[in-house]
Amino acid sequence: MSLGQLFLEIGAVILALAFVGRAAGRLGITPIPLYLLTGIVLGAVMRLGDAPGEFIHVGAEIGAVLLLFTLGLEYTSQELRDNLRANRQVGLLDLALNFTPGVVAGVVLGFPPLGAVLLGGVTYLTSSGIASKVLSDLGRLGNRETPVVLAVCVLEDVAMAVYLPVVAALLIGGTMAAVGVNLVVALDAFALAFFLALRYGHVLSRVVNVRNNETLLLSVFGLVLVVAGVADLLRVSAAIGAFLVGIALSGEVADRTRGLIEPLRDLFAAVFFVFFGLQLDLGTVPGVLLPAVLLAVITSVTKFVTGWWGAARAGVQTRGRFRAGATLIPRGEFSILIAGLGLGLVPTLGPLAAVYVLLTAILGPLLARFDGQLAPLLDRRLREARTG
Amino acid sequence: MVKLEETQLPGVGVRHDFDGRFGKRVGVITHRDGRREIFVARRDDPDACAQSIVLSDEEAEAVADLLGGSTITRHMNTLTQDIEGLAMDWVPLAEGTPFAGRPLGETQMRTRTGTSIVAVMRSGQAIPAPGPEFGLEAGDTVVVVGTPGGVVRAARLLGGEG
Repeated sequence: MSLGQLFLEIGAVILALAFVGRAAGRLGITPIPLYLLTGIVLGAVMRLGDAPGEFIHVGAEIGAVLLLFTLGLEYTSQELRDNLRANRQVGLLDLALNFTPGVVAGVVLGFPPLGAVLLGGVTYLTSSGIASKVLSDLGRLGNRETPVVLAVCVLEDVAMAVYLPVVAALLIGGTMAAVGVNLVVALDAFALAFFLALRYGHVLSRVVNVRNNETLLLSVFGLVLVVAGVADLLRVSAAIGAFLVGIALSGEVADRTRGLIEPLRDLFAAVFFVFFGLQLDLGTVPGVLLPAVLLAVITSVTKFVTGWWGAARAGVQTRGRFRAGATLIPRGEFSILIAGLGLGLVPTLGPLAAVYVLLTAILGPLLARFDGQLAPLLDRRLREARTG
Repeated sequence: MVKLEETQLPGVGVRHDFDGRFGKRVGVITHRDGRREIFVARRDDPDACAQSIVLSDEEAEAVADLLGGSTITRHMNTLTQDIEGLAMDWVPLAEGTPFAGRPLGETQMRTRTGTSIVAVMRSGQAIPAPGPEFGLEAGDTVVVVGTPGGVVRAARLLGGEG
């Protein structure tokens, strides 16, 4: 294939993304579900050649790595520790209410046990990207319920950091003994790396912190890929390696890196969603539609309850509780990431997760927007239920 | 004193807010990248922001200037305009002042700096024309009038440097 044709096809895909991104901006919703849809549509109408397909595949992997890296970069180790201490009750309720429906659904749908655990991860993780976008777009960062929403996201991200290496080890499979060894190695490697990142992160931060922006970008991007590569070779998830590099970087270097790497992440993350959509076979969607809708309804309620309860504990009134619940509903990037891990294991996991993410990612922000109209209705219902 | 509440917003920054005297919660969010966001809560829904304004680093400084020192500087300006060669200052008595618990006369303000203490502000109340036996306390604010140089000397003296 000629270079010209390669550019043409990749360019067309990226332009299509720009177009739906604009549409999303106009509608005031996040573009993530639209990127997925674009991928699905492109996969149905257009046959990409091998070379663009290859490029998009690698780009998607880089996107996953950068998503986790910037996630790690977001949090300082102090914030992680404080949050674990202050909000563990909400965190546990969140885990119990939102992980369980996925696992149960997986069992009901006849998934293998590991597939059910993956589906649990899909339904558990709120999209911190969508949630924080909703909060800042609607000017709600100063709201009283906002710290609760953010705390839930942080705790989920911590849980994700433990969950991913375990799942990655289990996915390699083999005999019981081999799985056990993989699991122990993965957890130990993760624990060691996590400890080192928390303990000696500042040393790394100082070494990496060069004055020149270009050199900083290259150092960090290179470091992230190298660590992700090593992690992958050690059969720990590449994304987890990147997450740990993000945790380790702190202070000034983290602030500068965030600004530099964000455009790169946005580009590759968009490619990641398209790739996921491209892989979907439209023919499989009708088969998963009903379970996806049911699962979306159930886990929207459970997420809503989580946020409601957390906000109530913080002394927030009905409207704020409603907003906290609604803001936590959308699932997004990490649900897709987890579903992507299990594609080989359970082929229906992909389309199920895609439809599920589409539904929750649209429903959550919509509900969050209309708190003023909807919360009083709910309030009246609750009062009636209590008195009657 | 306004009672400020501090809340960490993981991934965003820090929020400081207080319940304003006129029934609205007011706060400032300091974003990680240095942007400041000022907000006021809604009256009907005190958990939510009615309005928030994002300011850059420099804009925030300008607004702080506008809100902060302005009353005093404006007073100063009008005063010095009205009477040439006369200055007035509000000097807070910090914890370390040597005059805490001592009568005002012991400062010997007029002889040592050529200025007069015309009033003392204590817990929001003004005590005009205090006599020499008036007992000073840390936390008071002393209103000093005199030549511009004398006022500076008085501030130094009350701070324990003179």
